[in-house]
Amino acid sequence: MKGLVIVIGRDLRLALRQSADAWLAVLFFVLTATLFPFGVGPEAATLRQIAPGVIWVVALLAVLLSLERLFLADFEDGSLEQLLLSPLPLEVAVLGKVAAHWLTTGLPLIAAAPLLALLFHMEPAGLLTLLLAMLLGTPVLSLIGAVGAALTLGARRGGVLIPLLVLPLYIPPLIFGVGATESALSGLSARPDLLLLGALLLVMLLVAPLAAAAALRQALE
Amino acid sequence: MHRFANPARFTRIADRVLPFVAVATAAALGVGFYMALFVAPPDYQQGESVRIMYVHVPSAWMAMFIYVAIAVASAVALIWRHPLADLAAKASSPIGAGFAFLTLVTGSLWGRPMWGTWWEWDGRLTSMLILFFLYLGHMALMHAFDDQQRGYRAAAILALVGVINIPIIKFSVDWWATLHQPASVFRLDGPTIHPSMLWPLLITAVGFKLYYVTVVLLRIKSELIAARLRALDLARLKAS
Repeated sequence: MKGLVIVIGRDLRLALRQSADAWLAVLFFVLTATLFPFGVGPEAATLRQIAPGVIWVVALLAVLLSLERLFLADFEDGSLEQLLLSPLPLEVAVLGKVAAHWLTTGLPLIAAAPLLALLFHMEPAGLLTLLLAMLLGTPVLSLIGAVGAALTLGARRGGVLIPLLVLPLYIPPLIFGVGATESALSGLSARPDLLLLGALLLVMLLVAPLAAAAALRQALE
Repeated sequence: MHRFANPARFTRIADRVLPFVAVATAAALGVGFYMALFVAPPDYQQGESVRIMYVHVPSAWMAMFIYVAIAVASAVALIWRHPLADLAAKASSPIGAGFAFLTLVTGSLWGRPMWGTWWEWDGRLTSMLILFFLYLGHMALMHAFDDQQRGYRAAAILALVGVINIPIIKFSVDWWATLHQPASVFRLDGPTIHPSMLWPLLITAVGFKLYYVTVVLLRIKSELIAARLRALDLARLKAS
């Protein structure tokens, strides 16, 4: 537990000292979303209808954008090998790095989501559910992404490869995330979708650190 | 199981088995397609276009089966470091992608007369599209490293993560499709299929499976030969 906190703290300190990276993801999130009104037209009814889907897809792409640097810097300067040699289980270290990644990417996205909801004329009734779904869903994105980032470490064209590996696996959180928000907007219960998102989070909390740690081990072999 | 890890022994056994499997493939596919095209009756609603089913459904079965086969081979490769399991996974992936692609193309061709559109965001077709992407990712990762061993390991981990995710993806896509689809699409599943259509379907399915076995054996053999050629080339370079 103490090791986990140390890893998270270290990654957070690193991220704060280069805070441009975290801002970049949020900026990408807002900028890309603002492209949609130019693409589909500014009618409030259309925008309101596509709002949950656009916010989720753009959030997913913003997370994707930030994945490559998850392990790459540590891989290049050798600190990943130190982590491997330390008594801390590599799975726990991965979990710490994923948590730090979520705190610097997922959480800012959630903070920026109400702004997009406003821009897309989303009904306020759905906002709370949207945020709740993102709170459950964005950690899943970080977890799955960590597996993709670990697998492509040291690969030729690693950055291009990550989307190909990760995007198909992002479809379930996308479906349940959008589903929860849309249910809330149409007056239905968002509970089933939120529960499924929670279940997905639990499964990925178990599977992703194992897989990512296995991938890192053979990357460092 | 490690008795078969010896490439020479594997090649010997494969050479022994291959002619039989190849002949059986040709026979099953020949009989199956003949029955599918000439013996099986046209559907009372869909007419002759129902015959696409005899390619479409076995391809879909194979696309799903091969991913599981890759996952099993990957687990064997990771746990026991069995060298042939790596080769089997590598050899299977393009075949599975081919079957997934065939499923999508025949599904699209079938959808045109039946649904009036080339593509419908139907739960099954969509999951097959995602499966196709998973195959592409597996293949790309396999070839992404200068060190082939690393490619094997990474692709094996990816296949295991993928096989855990496939049921989740399948479930979520079905969930999504039932929410979004206004009219129910015709369904082929269930025991309602008549024996005159079931038999050709089963025989072509067996033919497809035998085809897979034949091609996998051939591809593993050629991989082994390629590895030997590389080794010989290296030895010659060192000698000169």
